[in-house]
Amino acid sequence: MKERLFTSGRNMLDIDPVLHAWHWEIPAYLFLGGLAAGLVFFSSFYYLRGKEDKMPIAVKVAPFVAPIAIIIGLIFLLLDLKHKLYFWQLYTTIRLDSPMSWGAWTLGIVMPLSIIWPLLYLDDLKKYFWNKNIIIYEIIDWLEGLINDFDFTKSLLGWLKENQKVIAWANIILSVILGVYTGILLSAFNARPLWNTAILGPLFLTSGISTAAATIMWMTNDHYERIRFSRIDLWLIAVELFLITHMFMGLTAGTQASAEAASLFMGGPYTAVFWIGVVAMGLLLPATLEIMELIGFKIPIAIPAFLILVGGALFRFVMVDAGQLSRYFFQ
Amino acid sequence: MRYAMAMDTSLCVGCADCVVACQTENNVPEGYCRDWIVENVDGTYPLLDLEIRSERCNHCEDTPCVRTCPTGASHVIEGGIVKVTHEECIGCGACIESCPYDARYFHPDGYVDKCTFCDHRVAAGDTTACVSVCPTHALTFGDLHDSESEISKLLATRKYKVLAEEAGTKPQLYFLT
Repeated sequence: MKERLFTSGRNMLDIDPVLHAWHWEIPAYLFLGGLAAGLVFFSSFYYLRGKEDKMPIAVKVAPFVAPIAIIIGLIFLLLDLKHKLYFWQLYTTIRLDSPMSWGAWTLGIVMPLSIIWPLLYLDDLKKYFWNKNIIIYEIIDWLEGLINDFDFTKSLLGWLKENQKVIAWANIILSVILGVYTGILLSAFNARPLWNTAILGPLFLTSGISTAAATIMWMTNDHYERIRFSRIDLWLIAVELFLITHMFMGLTAGTQASAEAASLFMGGPYTAVFWIGVVAMGLLLPATLEIMELIGFKIPIAIPAFLILVGGALFRFVMVDAGQLSRYFFQ
Repeated sequence: MRYAMAMDTSLCVGCADCVVACQTENNVPEGYCRDWIVENVDGTYPLLDLEIRSERCNHCEDTPCVRTCPTGASHVIEGGIVKVTHEECIGCGACIESCPYDARYFHPDGYVDKCTFCDHRVAAGDTTACVSVCPTHALTFGDLHDSESEISKLLATRKYKVLAEEAGTKPQLYFLT
């Protein structure tokens, strides 16, 4: 057998010996983007199904988290750029070949839309925060007063309320694109075999929607809504496990480069953090707790919700980090 | 026109003159390089095989870096040379992630930098800095579409390989073996 005894190469800190161009900013954004996409999706979906009153938190309250998550995510994205002052170049062209380009445009449209939605439910937000957080209540109250002070903003909001169905449809389509984009962004890089699989799009979308479902069931006090989202989340976890299994089947059955990428998780440095941190603590344990809750055990909902959120974030950190380790080996 | 480079692994002694010439010619900041030397020792003692390569951007035919660039800063110019417009680059790193050869890096000023096949010298009818200084003439730069060019003749007569062909980028750096 031909054995490699010694290799010497260059030494550039950002790239050698393993590529590390992307740090914590990208996975943190991918998590926030996926969470926002899920929240926007649920609010519009149940609004269009006419379940505004049956799912009050999902439709009226939780979507206020989405613009906050998106704005923080955008700040992280800006932090990640090395040539920051030129970020506007993203919006001088549309390049359909580049997922990052259409992702940037999607974000540019989703962000204003995600701000509009909670503005349509200021009264319900005030009610929700009335005895929970007086500072947020006062901010919302001030915002409502500001809108009512001017005829223009008042009539604009009225017009938006009349056309809420159109907004909801746009939201559904754009949120799915945003959720898929967080995965496709990574799939587009054929130089990183771990990422270079089409399953990342649906996988990141499912995981993002799952974190949103966890957020909603954490926020709600309504028994029906909590049970409903517990069940939805169980389904999403099942789909996620299914997709993860398929991702590894595809990688291990693939070329040497993708098999080596899979081995990062099967005996390699990411084995423990992925199977214990992401799969066991972030998917299986919360799923077990939710099943116990549905059977009738009393379990504080915060525990499974928290586990799912942490698991979702960890999943993205692991994937971004490990992906940069995976590469083509040439002799 | 299709510019490419041939690198004779049997002639290279790893002196790194090409690296220094490039750094000087292109004002590459300290601690960075656009081309570099790789040394591999294979085999089982005493049957050892040493290969030294001078590597750089492969100026691929099918360019993942240009495809994933969100602003169009990465682009291909006449002759298939892959370049970056500094004023359009936002420093997102997408091209760095998409390159199987890790041929790109963040310039300390923020934009992404890489080998340009010394297009400013080539446009003036000269050859690249690395080729011009190579003491063993291991490097050959030229036009593959010209069947009379030195590189076309080399590739017609010698055995060669390209790196990570399976990445599907159709690299244009040929290593004569």
